[in-house]
Amino acid sequence: MKYEDAIKKYDPVIGIEVHVELGTATKMFDAAPNTFGGGPNTNITPTSLGLPGSLPVVNEKGVEYAIKIGLALGCEIAETCRFARKNYFYPDVPKDFQTSQSDEPIAAEGEVEIELEDGTMFTIPVERAHMEEDAGKNTHIGGATGRIHGADHSLVDYNRAGVPLVEIVTHPITGTGARAAEVASTYVRTLRDIFRALDVSEARMEQGNVRADVNVSLRESPDAPLGTRTETKNVNSFRSIERAVRYEIARQATRLEAGEKIVQETRHFHEGTGETSSGRPKSDADDYRYFPEPDLVPLVPSRDWVEELRATLPELPAQKRRRLAGVWGFSDLEMRDIVNAGLLEVIEETVNAGAKPAAARKWWTGEVARLANQKDQSTAELVTPTQIAALIGLINEGKLNDKLAKDVLTAVADGEGEPAEVMSARGLEIVEDTGALEAAVEEAIAANPDVVEKIKGGKMQAIGALMGPIMKATRGQADAGKAKDMILAKING
Amino acid sequence: MTESSAITPEQVEHLASLSRIAMGEDELKSLAGDLSTILSNVARVNEVAGDDVPATSHPIALSNVLRPDVVGETLTSEQALASAPASADDKFLVPQILGEE
Amino acid sequence: MSELINRSALELAAGLKAGEFSSVEVTQAHLDRIHATEADFGSFITVTDDLALETAKAVDAERSAGGDVHALAGVPVALKDLVVTEGVRTTAGSKMLENWIPPYESTVHNKVKAAGLPVLGKTNLDEFAMGSTTEHSAFGTTRNPWNLEHVPGGSSGGAAAALAGFQAPLSVGTDTGGSVRQPAAFTGTVGVKPTYGSISRFGIIAMASSLDQVGPMGRNVADAAALHELLAGHDPLDSTSLPDPVAGFVSAAQTSDLRGKKLGVIKQLRGEGYQDGVRDAFSAALDVAAAAGAEIVEVDCPSISYALDAYYLIMPSEVSSNLARYDGMRYGLRVDPESGPVTAETVMAATRAAGFGNEVKRRIILGTYALSAGYYDAYYGSAQKIRTLVQNDFAKAFASCDVLVSPTAPTTALKFGAEAASDPMSLYLGDVATIPANLAGIPGLSLPAGLADGLPVGFQILAPAREDVKLYEVAGPLEAALEASGTRVLDTLAEGLTTK
Ligand SMILES: [Mg+2]
Ligand SMILES: [Zn+2]
Repeated sequence: MKYEDAIKKYDPVIGIEVHVELGTATKMFDAAPNTFGGGPNTNITPTSLGLPGSLPVVNEKGVEYAIKIGLALGCEIAETCRFARKNYFYPDVPKDFQTSQSDEPIAAEGEVEIELEDGTMFTIPVERAHMEEDAGKNTHIGGATGRIHGADHSLVDYNRAGVPLVEIVTHPITGTGARAAEVASTYVRTLRDIFRALDVSEARMEQGNVRADVNVSLRESPDAPLGTRTETKNVNSFRSIERAVRYEIARQATRLEAGEKIVQETRHFHEGTGETSSGRPKSDADDYRYFPEPDLVPLVPSRDWVEELRATLPELPAQKRRRLAGVWGFSDLEMRDIVNAGLLEVIEETVNAGAKPAAARKWWTGEVARLANQKDQSTAELVTPTQIAALIGLINEGKLNDKLAKDVLTAVADGEGEPAEVMSARGLEIVEDTGALEAAVEEAIAANPDVVEKIKGGKMQAIGALMGPIMKATRGQADAGKAKDMILAKING
Repeated sequence: MTESSAITPEQVEHLASLSRIAMGEDELKSLAGDLSTILSNVARVNEVAGDDVPATSHPIALSNVLRPDVVGETLTSEQALASAPASADDKFLVPQILGEE
Repeated sequence: MSELINRSALELAAGLKAGEFSSVEVTQAHLDRIHATEADFGSFITVTDDLALETAKAVDAERSAGGDVHALAGVPVALKDLVVTEGVRTTAGSKMLENWIPPYESTVHNKVKAAGLPVLGKTNLDEFAMGSTTEHSAFGTTRNPWNLEHVPGGSSGGAAAALAGFQAPLSVGTDTGGSVRQPAAFTGTVGVKPTYGSISRFGIIAMASSLDQVGPMGRNVADAAALHELLAGHDPLDSTSLPDPVAGFVSAAQTSDLRGKKLGVIKQLRGEGYQDGVRDAFSAALDVAAAAGAEIVEVDCPSISYALDAYYLIMPSEVSSNLARYDGMRYGLRVDPESGPVTAETVMAATRAAGFGNEVKRRIILGTYALSAGYYDAYYGSAQKIRTLVQNDFAKAFASCDVLVSPTAPTTALKFGAEAASDPMSLYLGDVATIPANLAGIPGLSLPAGLADGLPVGFQILAPAREDVKLYEVAGPLEAALEASGTRVLDTLAEGLTTK
């Protein structure tokens, strides 16, 4: 069954778990450096390796970042909370338990507003955000495919073991209908933007700084109870998230149509085919035997600390968009075009550099975008917000008109210098010399008596017919307004 | 909780697999007996404290023990691998992993 | 027997300070004693002659150069083989770690090294500290110097036997449910379980994290106090380490007296199930205390009768998680399955089957059960509530007295093999008097209170949390009063050993 048919027939419900690696200097529970690179098994302490007798101590910065994330997602920050052990055996888990949080997360019950491509707003209910540690990395060696099932053995590097993570879990997301896939990827993109705005993580999907598990289930109708879900693990790009959700919805619908049951299981997403495949069925092996971590004492974030952190929160991307739209007086459509084109930041900087918002928007979405398109370059590579602001300034001062300004812009984009420099170097400045302009005006009046008659007769738009020869005589550098004034003065004079 | 706390060898087998310990039939049986005895003795913990009694996870009430985010001493890979049963390329060599990626 | 090994730690410290003998002489005398008696006692898993003499030499050199050395510098010590020692094999009494050489240092060993105490070796213990007889060691049994047919107690049996056998003047043990106090009681020595968090657990191989505490041991109260003073103090590497300053335990032991001290006898911890001789020795010690001016009152701690139950749920639960890491992947034993596919999973299972002894497996399975979904609330959750009740009982009791007292153990040292005859629960009952202190986190101390049928009886003192100094304020003068009344327990043994 195709996705389009599936969502006509069934109501999809999704749930997303996002893990973000925090950009602290050290790991969550020990003082090993939290950095990429370096040789295998070098960024480790006895604690990262789970050696007998080693103990964890909580990284203050990790807690701070977790609280910031919680606040940014509108969560309640726990008055008191504890860490818990999640017990399961796996070679890359040094203690064979993960230090995490279970029923006492540091942050709970928030929401994230996301904006879909067409401007539709959607609210994602967040159940919790909790702190935990990452596992080491396995490399599977030998075997026919090099994949895990064909491997002879694996090599483990514990450099990543203990890296601080915050896991954000949504409540079941309902009411997405056909847009389930888009909602999923937009939500993760929005979180990514928030992590960056908070400066708590580099949040690079391709580096695995942000990883998403996508839960999908189908039900007959929005009133029906939730169906059996599958969890597709570690989907690591926005596009993959969309594809994985689409695939799962179609796959599950096909099974349901055939009268088959959905198996509750984890699944793997395959970039190459865009398909998911069966992983591990939900089983007794998922009895994680959580209990409060006895080696770590409770965390009681003081309200003062929480408020202090709240005060340092930067404006989040969605708030910023809303605020700027109001201040700049742009319509929703204009704003969305700017955001979709990725021009919000440059326009803001251009305005900050002194330009009027409308002018900044006109230049960036118009001529700059056109040039960028033509040169197959990004707008940011082409010119800077300061340059655009300077260009707009020259127009406002009357030194450039739009046509001249476009020429200046092209030259600036070609690397000829700053707008003012280009203008003088190329002699593009509007002619201020009234002598030359006066001569051109007189010449035009003398050469076009019939036009002059029309103007005298009150047909003001006939002035345009005189402007051509004037501009020609001044090589386009005449100030059209001044020339007009001069013509009228002479004719009516 | 007396009758229901009798543990069967099958239950022990499940617990042994959860705790990754290979066990033979005899061991499963004798452990089932031991566990039943112990559990029938300790099961009454259930009946002593009501909902009004808070749980104590840490014997001494400390809180907010935090570490500044400053890099400390690390082990070298030689130190880390010195006690490893097997290693290659500065990594721990482990048998093939089934069941998950 | 060399006269040097007969001296207490503080006597040795005084003699070293006065230049009467050198640390090398003291250390060599103890090493000689170890080599002469190990075949009988089996106190040690590893004896570290070279390391000990190296430290002794360095301390002697520093002292003769006029350097400022620690009060205990040059006095040898034995470490339970649960204490991580960088570069020195650390086994936890388990086949699992038979050849493990730690690449890092424990805080306890760091402190011992910094103070210049020569480490004689690593003492025997029940595997991963699980047991009360030291019969559950992968490295042979330890025998009680009082009678080689009897166990020394456990799990710090090697540590206690080394003291009673005059192999070491000081021992470091660990106490999760009585593992320092009970062997001290069985060997006529002094064992202290400090307030939870008093001594850093960093580098102490974990058994049950919320119950484990390092325990200083000596042949008298002041020696144990001196070792406690050395080892205590805040450690940023242990999140549960107390920030409290360390009190003067030695001076408390040496200068206090019993007049006006209120000793609360715990009603639930005398009487039924207690050996007659133990009851008698305990009562006689109370009389001595009263004669020395102490006030004896009886206190009620009803929840103590549930403490054992709670302990046998909390302890194995934490054990099951703490011992998960011994999986044959990163360090220690690795065993391939005898048949079937060789995968990480089957190798883990085969390794843990071969590497752990029966008692360890029993507790892991029990703990796995107690933490399982569906049983957590009934077992682990309920046990944690009993922990609260025990704490409340103690708080109430301490409101009416300075310290609480009881026999340390219901019996004197058992004969070897005695436990094999009994079911696991009746064996666990031996810990009934010591376990409550671990559940509540409060400090406890056992000192010898005479003999019953030729074997020592322990007298336990409990104090409020973070007031360990109160243990010494009572134990010090009580020890003096007992000795004045003719109860000189270890002298009996020392004479016996000398003529042996
Ligand atoms: Mg997940
Ligand atoms: Zn997670």
